[in-house]
Amino acid sequence: MLLVMKIKVAIAAAALASPVALTMAPVATTPSRSANSEISEIVTKPFQYRVAGDFSRDGRPAAAPLRSMQLGGNLTIMHHQVTVGEYSACADEGACPRIPQRAVMIDRPMVGVSWRDATAYAEWMTKKTGLLHRLPTDEEWVFAAGEKAADEAPPLVDPSDPAQAWIARYEAEANRARPLALDPQPIGTFGRNTHGLQDIGGNVWEWTNTCFLRFAFEAGGAARVVNTNCGVRVVQGAHRTYMTDFIRDPRTGGCAAGVPPANLGFRLVIENEKLPTVSRMVERVVATLVREK
Amino acid sequence: MISRRTALLGAAVAALVAASPALAADDLKLPRQAVELVAPPFVHPHEQATKEGPKIIEFKLPIREKEIVIDEAGTKFQAMTFNGSMPGPLMVVHEGDYVEVTLINPETNTMPHNIDFHAATGGLGGGALTHVNPGEEVVLRWKATRTGTFVYHCAPEGMIPWHVVSGMHGTVMVLPRDGLKTREGKPLRYDRIYYIGENDLYVPKDENGKYKSYETPGEAFADTTEVMRKLIPTHVVFNGKVGALTGKNAMTAKVGETVMIVHSQANRDSRPHLIGGHGDYVWETGKFTNPPEKDLETWFIRGGSAGAALYTFRQPGIYAYVNHNLIEAVELGATAHFKVEGEWNNDLMKQVKPPGPIPPSKSSAAEPTVQTR
Repeated sequence: MLLVMKIKVAIAAAALASPVALTMAPVATTPSRSANSEISEIVTKPFQYRVAGDFSRDGRPAAAPLRSMQLGGNLTIMHHQVTVGEYSACADEGACPRIPQRAVMIDRPMVGVSWRDATAYAEWMTKKTGLLHRLPTDEEWVFAAGEKAADEAPPLVDPSDPAQAWIARYEAEANRARPLALDPQPIGTFGRNTHGLQDIGGNVWEWTNTCFLRFAFEAGGAARVVNTNCGVRVVQGAHRTYMTDFIRDPRTGGCAAGVPPANLGFRLVIENEKLPTVSRMVERVVATLVREK
Repeated sequence: MISRRTALLGAAVAALVAASPALAADDLKLPRQAVELVAPPFVHPHEQATKEGPKIIEFKLPIREKEIVIDEAGTKFQAMTFNGSMPGPLMVVHEGDYVEVTLINPETNTMPHNIDFHAATGGLGGGALTHVNPGEEVVLRWKATRTGTFVYHCAPEGMIPWHVVSGMHGTVMVLPRDGLKTREGKPLRYDRIYYIGENDLYVPKDENGKYKSYETPGEAFADTTEVMRKLIPTHVVFNGKVGALTGKNAMTAKVGETVMIVHSQANRDSRPHLIGGHGDYVWETGKFTNPPEKDLETWFIRGGSAGAALYTFRQPGIYAYVNHNLIEAVELGATAHFKVEGEWNNDLMKQVKPPGPIPPSKSSAAEPTVQTR
C-alpha cells in the first residue's frame, strides 16, 4: 500500500519536473557542474525513513511508520544551502523574486524563501547549467542528512483521548532546543555531516518537494493515502514540519502552538545525466519504489 | 530630564529627611501585614474572603531599569519596570485595607519615577506624592475604598506615556471582604489565579528596517516617542515578551478547576478571548460591585483599566488565550497558552469523522445536500 503513495509522489515529482524537461533546450553543449555550489555525490545505501504526513487509525492520530528503504541511484546534492549571493544572481536576471534579507551578507544562507522561490531558483539553475536542478524529496533529504536527520519518536498516549496526544506534542515542541541566533550564520557554523553536507539541522530549515499526505491505516495494517495536498510541502531541518508553499517567514501564535522553523532556505539536488526525459524520471523513481522493502 | 547631578542632590536631601524621626505614621492603630510580591503571571498568596478587620498591607516596590529581550529575533528593549517584571506585580488587598507602598528608585537607575494608583483617591492617584529620583525612596499610604481590579502606572511629568509603554504598569486587586459573588449573591471562588499584563511596545527601526537597540532608556526616548506618536505598536505582547506565556511557560490548570484571569492594559484597548473556552463570569470593567457578566466569548479591556474573568475548565488540551485582534495575537505577539490536564469529554466535543476525501455525492455536487433520516 505504501507503493501506491510512492507512485503518487513520483507522479507529482514528474509533473513538477516536466515543464522544465519539456521546454528546456540544453543551453551549454558541455554542461558545467553547478558553478557556484560545491556538491556531493552520495552512494546509495539502505536507510531508515519515517514516512512524512499525517497518519490515523480508526479516525485517531497514529504514529507514522518507520521504513527501511534505498534510493534508486546515487544522490548528488549541494554541500551547503544556497547563499544570498547565489540567489541574487538569479534575482538579478529576473528569474527569481527579489527578497530583502535581514542580514545582507552574500556568503550566508539565503532565507525568507518560499517553496515557489526555491523552485524558481532550481529552474533557473537548470537553464544555466543544462543539468536538472530540483529540490530534494523528503526521502532524499533524510538520506543525505544521515546522522543529522531528526526523528522525533511519536508520543505513546491513549489514542482515545485527543487531548493527551495534543498536550504531549505541545510539550515535545516546547522542549525543543531553539537556535541561539535567528540570523543566518556563516556556512559551516552548524558543522558537516558524514556525507560532507554542511549546516544540516542548523537555524535554516530546507524546503523539499514532498507534498503533504494524509494516510489511514487499514485493517490489514497497510497505509492508504486519503488526501494529497501539494499546496503544503515538507520542510526539513532540526525538526520536520509542513509549510504552505508561499510562506517565506514561518511564525507561530494564536491557535498555533509550537515552535516554527527559525528560517526557510534550501539546497538542491542535481541530476547527473543531462536533462532526463519525463519517462526516465519516472523510471528512476519507480526503481526507488521497487527497491523499497 | 533631570540630570544625574540633580538626581544625586535629590538623594542627599532625601537622606536628610529620612534621618529625621521616622515619619512612618502610626496614626492608624491597625495591624500590619507585609506582603512579598511575585512576578506575573503568578500572584502572591491571599485570602479570597476574610473574616479579619482592615489592615495596613505593606508592599515594597523597587523600580528596575533594565535591558530585556522582547521577541524570538532577540530584539533588545530598554525596559523600566516595577519590581523587575513587565507588567509589575499584582497586589491583592481587601476593601477597607490600607495599601502602604514603599517605592524605591535605586541609585543604579537613570530616571526619576513615581506611581499613580487608579484605585487610590486624590493626589493624582499618588503620583503627586511619590516622585523619586535615583537613590531615593518614598512611602505612600492610601485606603482601598472601592473593590475591583485597578491599573497602577508610572506618571512622571512630560513623559508619562513613554514610561508606561516602557513597562511601568501593573494592577491592584481590591477584593470585597466577603469575597466575589454572582449577580444573585452566590459566592464565587477560584482555584488558581493568573495575572496577564498586556504591553504595546514601540521599538524604533534603523534605515534598513532592523530594530535599534540603545544603551540606556534615555537614549531610546526621542526615537521611541516618534514611533509612539504614530500609534502603531511594533509588538503587542503579554507579560513583556513574545512567548512569555507559551511553551514551557504556558499557564496550567486541571479540568474542573476554576481559574481567575486578571488582564490589564494600561495604555490601549484590548479584547481577550480564550480559544476553546469562555468567560463564565466576567467583570469586564473589573469592578466587583457591578454584577459579573456571564458566558462571554470575548471581553473588552479599555486602555487604562484591568478586567477579571472566571472560567472553569471542562476539557483538557491546549487553550490559546489571545487578544482577539488576531493580527495583534499572531503577528505582534499577544498570545498566551493554557495547558489543561484531565479527561476528554466526548459529549462536549468529538471528531465524528476524521479528515478524508469528500465522498462522491449522489446528486449534483454543486447542490447542497439535505440529509433526511
